[in-house]
Formats: sequence, structure tokens, C-alpha cells
Amino acid sequence: MQIFVNILLGFLILCAIAASLSKNLLNTILIFMSYSLVMSIIWILLESPDLAITEAAVGAGVTSVLFFVTLKKIQAMVKTEKKEGEEGNEQENPGSGI
Amino acid sequence: MSRKIPDQEYEKTRSFRLKQWLDGTKDPFIGNVEMKPQKEFAEDEQTVFTRKKEKEQRRERVYDLAHNWEVIGFEKGYRLFSGLFCLFLVVMLLIAVSYLPSYGHAENPVNNEVSKRYIEDGLQETGAVNIVTGMILDYRAFDTLGESHVLFIATCTVLILLRKDRKKDENGNDISVSDRIYEPKNDVILQMAARVLVPLIIIFGIYVVLCGHLGPGGGFSGGAIIGAGLILYLNAFGFQKTERFFTGKTYKILSVSALSCYCLAKSYSFYTGANHIESVIPLGTPGAILSSGLILILNICVGVVVAGTMYTFYVMFRKGDY
Repeated sequence: MQIFVNILLGFLILCAIAASLSKNLLNTILIFMSYSLVMSIIWILLESPDLAITEAAVGAGVTSVLFFVTLKKIQAMVKTEKKEGEEGNEQENPGSGI
Repeated sequence: MSRKIPDQEYEKTRSFRLKQWLDGTKDPFIGNVEMKPQKEFAEDEQTVFTRKKEKEQRRERVYDLAHNWEVIGFEKGYRLFSGLFCLFLVVMLLIAVSYLPSYGHAENPVNNEVSKRYIEDGLQETGAVNIVTGMILDYRAFDTLGESHVLFIATCTVLILLRKDRKKDENGNDISVSDRIYEPKNDVILQMAARVLVPLIIIFGIYVVLCGHLGPGGGFSGGAIIGAGLILYLNAFGFQKTERFFTGKTYKILSVSALSCYCLAKSYSFYTGANHIESVIPLGTPGAILSSGLILILNICVGVVVAGTMYTFYVMFRKGDY
């Protein structure tokens, strides 16, 4: 069991570093989501299921959905290759970039 | 008795001039001040050219990275100082952590008489099987009330920041409704998944809220689960369907009534507790759904506020209006 906890803790540190170093904002949010999920498993192992439920619902669910919406609003979810060609179209109908 | 005066006579009176001045119908300077028509501002081409050239030269001088020592020094110094600052923060935090008591030690300050009291007498005093819920909604219910208010204030702030006015196009149709144009319309997979998952998620959320005093869970986590289910439903079926049962008005009524219900319930228990009056509300048998006094009601109140807040956050981020 101790080995399992250690693996999870190592994964947390890895996720934290990867989230700050990742260039793509979409990847950052996905890493953040997996961080929250692993954190909720760790809460269960620490025998606090209350916190685990809240972490899974708020951290991995609602917060990352809000992040996704914000990314879509500021049009940061466009692929980097398409970006130069489609810049004119983007400004004509905002909100179309997925 | 006042008599009516003719218009020509009335136009000379002070009251007429005051009225004109207030309405702004007459410019007091016209006819009284000498005026010249303004000349159009024109620059000859030579000055424009030299001005642009000078600007470009200045810019080149500033951004000439090979020779401008100030910029190079600033960049290097900036990197050095940011690295040093990061290192300083890391060292400070590690030093602070090293002073914390060791994990799981028996003589830690956490293991004082308060937690002993909670664990030993919690079941008799609050009637909640789940000690955590008994703590946060009975011993420390004032904190939870503050938390719910913080959530409510956060929604108010999001409303102030992200709310848009309803815009109308030339034909008078709402533009704000057309938000769904830019999405993949009626995604079959998402709709089918939502049809199966949304009822399960919302029922699970309600279960977590209602059984907060019996098992793990409570108002906050259950409310967050219900809110997530509502967001999934909204994503699958669009704003038109959700606005049939949940609008901004519904949110206002729900959250304000839930918060005031919480306030009333807690004021009652504070009043009885401070005056040493026996509370009328029975604690019931521990383990039954209708037990542990006010905790069930408080859980429902917190759940309603949290679910509404999560959903409102999402709608405000998406549409800015509802």
C-alpha cells in the first residue's frame, strides 16, 4: 500500500511540473484534471471520503469545465497550424474556434 | 390668480431663459461671441515622412539587441532575479514546512481535547453518525454559513463582471440566444450519454446531500455533483431546455431563501444554546434519515446554494446572461 501511495505522490509532483511547463493550454487543463483525480484517490487512502467526493466533483469536474469555457471564449483552443491561415475568419465570427 | 401672458412677453422673462438653459435648446454663445470656422488640420508630406523616419530610427535604436546594453542587461538581470526569487520562495517554504510537527505523531497539537470531545461526545450531542458533518454543521456551523455567503458573493461578482446587456440585431431578434450556432448541433453521442448519465448523477447528488449526516458527503459535495449534472444536461440539450426550469430568477429565489433558511435555523440553535433552553427539535435515533436535528435542513440549504452557484458560474462564462 505504501508503494502505491508513493507512486501516486510522485505522479502528483510530475503533474504539477508538467502543468506549468506545458506550452499548450489545453494540455495544461487536462493535466490539471488528472492531478485532481489522483488527489481524490489520495484523499480516499487518507480515509477522508468527504473530501474525495468534493475534490472529484469540484476539482476534476466543474473547475476544468469552467477553464475549457474560458479557453473557448478567449479563442485559445485553436490548433497552432491553423492559426495563421484562419486568423481572418476567427475575427469575423467569434466563438467558432474549437 | 395667475393670468396667462402672451408668448412674446413670456420669451423675455427670466424663467423662460432658465428653462431654455436647463433644456439646452439654446446655445448662449451663439450671437454673443465672435466665431471663426475651424481650419482643417493638414500636414505636408515632408513633415510626415521625417516624423515617421525619426520614430523608426528611435525604435531601431531601442530594439537593437546586439548593441543596446541596457536591454541586454535588463533581460539577463530579469532572468537571474526571477531564478533567484523562485529559489528564495522554495527555500522559505521548505524551511517553514520543516518546522511543522511530524506526520501522525501522538503529541501533535492537533490531538488536543477538542478533537477528543468531538469524537467521544459528537454522536450524543449532534446525533450525526458522520462526525465530519456533525462538526461542520453543528459545532462550527457559523463557518459553514460564512462559506455559503462567500459562494453567493462570488456569484454576484461573476454576475457583475460577466453580465452582458441583451443585444438586438436589425430585425429585433436576440443575438445572445444564438450562442448555440457555433456549437456542434445536437451531438448524438453526447445527447445519448447525457440521457443515461444526467438522472443518475443528479440522483446521486441528492443522495449525497440527504445522507450527509449518515455517511460521507454533505451539502457542499452533493451540491457540486448536482451542479455538474445540470452543466452536462445544458451542454447536451442547449439553453432553451434548461431555461424552462432554471433561470436567473429561479437562482435568486432559491439561493436567497436557502441562505435565509440557514440563518433562521442557526439563529434558533444559537438562541437556545446561549440561553440554556432545551431545543424543541429532537435529535432522533442516530442512523435514521430523519435524525440529528437541524443538520439535514442545513445540508439541503447548502446543497441548493452550491448547485445553483456552479450552474450559474457556467452559464455566466458561456453566455453572460440568462
